[in-house]
This record gives sequence, C-alpha cells and structure tokens, in this order.
Amino acid sequence: MNPFATILLAVRQLGRNKIRTFLTMLGIVIGIASVIAMVAMGQGASSMVEKQISSMGRNLLMVLPGAASSGGFSFGAGSTTTLTPDDGVAITKEVSAVAGVTPVVRTRGQQLIYGNQNWVPGSLMGCSTSFTDVRDWEIEAGAFFTEQDVFAATKTCVLGKTVADNLFQGEDPVDKIIRVKNMPFKVVGVLSAKGTNAMGSDQDDLLVAPWTTVKHVLQGSAFNNVDQLLVTAVTAPRIAEATQDITTLLRQRHRLRDKEESDFRILTMSEMASTMTQTSRVMTVLLAFIASISLLVGGIGIMNIMLVSVVERTREIGLRMAVGARRQDILLQFLMEAVVLASFAGAIGMALGAGSAVVISRVLHWPTLISPGSIGISFVFSCAVGVFFGFYPAMRASRLDPIEALRYE
Amino acid sequence: MTDAVIQIDKLNKIYHMGEMDLHILKNVSVAVKRGEMVAIMGASGSGKTTLMNIIGCMDRPTDGSYTLDGEEISTVKPDRLAFIRNKKFGFVFQSFNLLARTTAQENVELPLLYWNRIPSKEREHRALDSLTRVGLADRVNHHPSQLSGGQQQRVAIARALVNQPQILLADEPTGNLDSKSEKEVMGIFHDLHKAGLTVILVTHNQEIADHAERTIRIRDGIIQEGTG
Repeated sequence: MNPFATILLAVRQLGRNKIRTFLTMLGIVIGIASVIAMVAMGQGASSMVEKQISSMGRNLLMVLPGAASSGGFSFGAGSTTTLTPDDGVAITKEVSAVAGVTPVVRTRGQQLIYGNQNWVPGSLMGCSTSFTDVRDWEIEAGAFFTEQDVFAATKTCVLGKTVADNLFQGEDPVDKIIRVKNMPFKVVGVLSAKGTNAMGSDQDDLLVAPWTTVKHVLQGSAFNNVDQLLVTAVTAPRIAEATQDITTLLRQRHRLRDKEESDFRILTMSEMASTMTQTSRVMTVLLAFIASISLLVGGIGIMNIMLVSVVERTREIGLRMAVGARRQDILLQFLMEAVVLASFAGAIGMALGAGSAVVISRVLHWPTLISPGSIGISFVFSCAVGVFFGFYPAMRASRLDPIEALRYE
Repeated sequence: MTDAVIQIDKLNKIYHMGEMDLHILKNVSVAVKRGEMVAIMGASGSGKTTLMNIIGCMDRPTDGSYTLDGEEISTVKPDRLAFIRNKKFGFVFQSFNLLARTTAQENVELPLLYWNRIPSKEREHRALDSLTRVGLADRVNHHPSQLSGGQQQRVAIARALVNQPQILLADEPTGNLDSKSEKEVMGIFHDLHKAGLTVILVTHNQEIADHAERTIRIRDGIIQEGTG
C-alpha cells in the first residue's frame, strides 16, 4: 500500500466519525494553540525589551562616580567629585574601542515656561556636542548646540519631542526663547521622537543644554564634576575591551594606587539587556512547558481513542488481513490515522494560537511575535505526539490474529 | 494427481490451550482439483473451519504438508502467506464482513489496495466490473446498511473476485440469508464455477453441500469421505 493511499485512507476513516475526531483533536488543538500564543507573547515581550534597549544605544556604557567615604561613613553613589569632562576627553583620545563620550549633568524639577504654557521635563540634562552621536539620536528640526556654546556656557537648549509638543502646542520651537529658572534660554533644535525606554519612562520628555550651562548656570556649582559619562563602544563585541581600557585609564588619571578601590563604576547596556532578555526567556520557557503538558494530555486522549478504535474495528482488521494486508500494513494504517489526527489538530491549533496572539496584541496591547520557528517546532511536535501515542494502539492492531479478529463480536 | 491445485497430506493441527492440547485436525489428507466445486461438510467443532483457515492460508498446520499450486505452504513466512491470500484466494464469509459506512465500490476495491500498484481509475474500473458480474452495477455507491442481506453477500463475492483469484473460499455463505437470496448467491457460485473458478464451500447444511460436485465430510478432525 503506498503512503499516499494510506494517508487518504486515514483521512476518510477519521471523516467517518466527525464528532469523535473533533473531540479527540481538541486536546492537541488547545495544547498547540496555547504553545503558539504563549511563545508569541513571550517573544513579543523580549523583542520589545530588545528594541527599547537598542533605542537607548546598544553599545552604550555608563561611567558613574563611585561612593566617597570618610572615616568609614559612606556618602552614597555619586558622592565623589573626581569624574570630570576631562576624563571624557581623555577616554575619547586614548581608548581605541570607544567611538564617543559625552559628560552628563542632571538636574530635576525645573519648570519651563513659554508664553502661557509651562512644563516640567522628566529630565533636564547637560551634555557635550557628541550627545547625538553617543545616543544615536537625530535632530528633527533646527540644530544641536555647538562647541562654542559648551565653552561659553550659553543659555541654549535642545528639546525632546514631548517637551516641544507640550510647550509649543504645534508652534515651531526653533529660535524661540523659553524661560528656565527665570532665565531666558534659546531653543536651537528639537530631537526626533524615541519613545519609551526599557523601564517605561518617556525618553522624549527631556531638555538638553550644554553641560557647562547646566552645571555652572542652573546649578550654580563651581565644580567641574559630572553625574556620568556616557560612552559608546565602536562595536558591541568591543564593549568588554572598552570597559577594561576605561578602567585602566581612569584609575591612572585619578591616581589610584593598586589596592585602592576605583572611585567610579562602569555599567554597560548589554549587561542590562541580557538580564532583561534572560528574564523574558525564562518566562517563555515556563509558559511553553505548561502548554506542553496540555499537549501531553492531548496525546493520551489520542491513544485512548485509538485503542477504542482498534477494538471497534477488530473485524475490519481481520478482513484486511484476510484479503492480503501484512502486519506492517495494518500498523502503518493505524499509525497514520493517529499522525493525521495529531497533525491536523496541530494545524488547527496553530491557526487558533496565531489568531489569539493577534487578538491579544490588539485588545490587550501586549506585543506578540509569531516566529516561524515556534510554528515549525509545534507542527513537528504534534506529529511526534501522533507517532508516540499512536504506536501502541497500532501495534495492538497489527498483532491481532486474523482468524479471531474475523470472528470478533 | 498433477492437476490438483490443493494437495494436503497427513496434516495435523494442534492448539495448545494452557495445559490441554486440542487435536483439531488428525492426519488429514485432501486434494482439490483445479476448477472443481467442492463442499467441506461437518458439524460445528468438527474441524471444518480450521481446515478452511489452513487452506485459505490464514493459519498454518502443526505438521504435515500443504501444497498450493505446487508451492509448499506449511513453512512460508507470514508476509508470503498474506501475498498468497491476496493473489490466489477470494473469501466469502457468513457475516459478509463489509466495512460499514463505506460504499459497495470501496468495499470491493479493498483487496486491490494491498500488493498492488493500481491507479485509482483502474481500481474503480475493476471494482465496477466485479460488481457487474454479481448483478449489482446499480448499487455501486450504496452503503452496506442500504443493501439487503443477499445484496451484501453479493458485494462480498464481488470483493472476493476483484483480484481474479483461482480459488473462492466460502464459509457458510448462505447462513445469514433467506431462501431467495440463497438461491441467488448459489446461482452466482455455479456461474463462477462454470467460468473455471475453483469453489470451496464450507457448510453444515446438506442442501448447500448438494450444490457441489463432491463433498468432503469431516468429523472430530478426521476426514470421513471425499479425500479426493
């Protein structure tokens, strides 16, 4: 009997008892559908995290000042004042794995006023001109402030999209004057929209000014220390090298002895990214595991029904043997029925799972990603369930004695 | 006896039922000529069904020799037995053994699914030929439940004929039929016999046995008459 005829026979046989076939398939359908939907949700979540992290700059490193301590009393992170913009310049010059550095000075709670509108940006930061390169951020309108602005600490600023929209309500912000801490600042440009970051805060809710302006004018500080240095590595694989070289360089510049602790810390974005994707991967595996249990239950359902079917069709098996079927023909026939049942159920489950993933992303606004991999794997898996759980009933069928089978009542 | 299609010599069949040995066939010797119409007769428990199963290659003797068409059967492998059943025999059963919810046409095609590589068009054609031979050309797409007992048995005969076997083995073929259907079915057997087929009827009914040219009587596993 050729394989195609066997498949056809199996399909017809299953078509003879549609309700039973449907109910038997249900377990696999639900199993596969939940695998597909859950993996789609899990992968959607990881890809969102991935996207957000790369929106912050995949090659990003942060050099943060360490904690100062005096007489065993720690002043907390950022309390040292040794990290300066000159460190940044030195890093740019001497570390070959680094593409760009900008110092960052932050201040909070500053109200911006334009006309009768006011807005408090989520973040107000001072940077150097390499900010746009380091953060890989485009200017949408106008221009970024210049080296000259940084040098002279001019009252210029660049607005994030959210700030520009709220303060100017559709007006063109470029070259307009806004008031920050009662001082007039000239808006020279607007940054393009970047969306929320991995932590869910709006990255566009910011104002960027020369770091000198923020430090000396807004904060009124006489010092030159910065809150962090944002560094980009040339490529992601060179992040480790960059970290190493920056550490060496800064320890040297800060004149730290070998046994002394560093007065700075380096965080890399890829570390954060891997932690986050790790978390969502664990979730995906967990969900898939739960879903595969229902697949197992579905498989047992198939085995059960196939065993019933073998008993019911004992005479048919006897007859087939009488007219020339070999044991292997019978084995193959019943095995094929189980496989067709399982794979058909798998196909329905895939459609259902993909459908519900789409519905979930529409209704719950949860990002989903249906990967061809999960489709392929679950199809192979449902076929495997058919083979595994169909084998025992099929073997029982093929071991029947034709004489007894023909007399079975 | 060179024209014997079936030649059985000193055949024994013993079933082991736990501690007991059941000696079903005792030193049986039978010959059937090509083109003969023979009845095997005996009461239930006489061993006639076992003899038929062995002749039909469904079962193997414990010892003794069975030659079919010059081939020694008692020692061949199960797959070869399946092949012989498919090619050389047509089976007709008392209870028809048609597949339910399956058309007459598909029932008749069944033997063609094994050991054959026949395109489906050709299969349909041969099944239709076979059904025409038993006078059921107009019932091709009927399910067994839509056919009378006699018609069902004719479908079963058509199925037995579809692979052009040499021997037709009928086990109580009229046991479940009324007398009118019985006449029809026996008429068909006569026609097939005339057309050159070897027909073996297994029955306990003297009237049926009288249709045959010769009767082999078996009792308690021993041939009483008609060894051939």
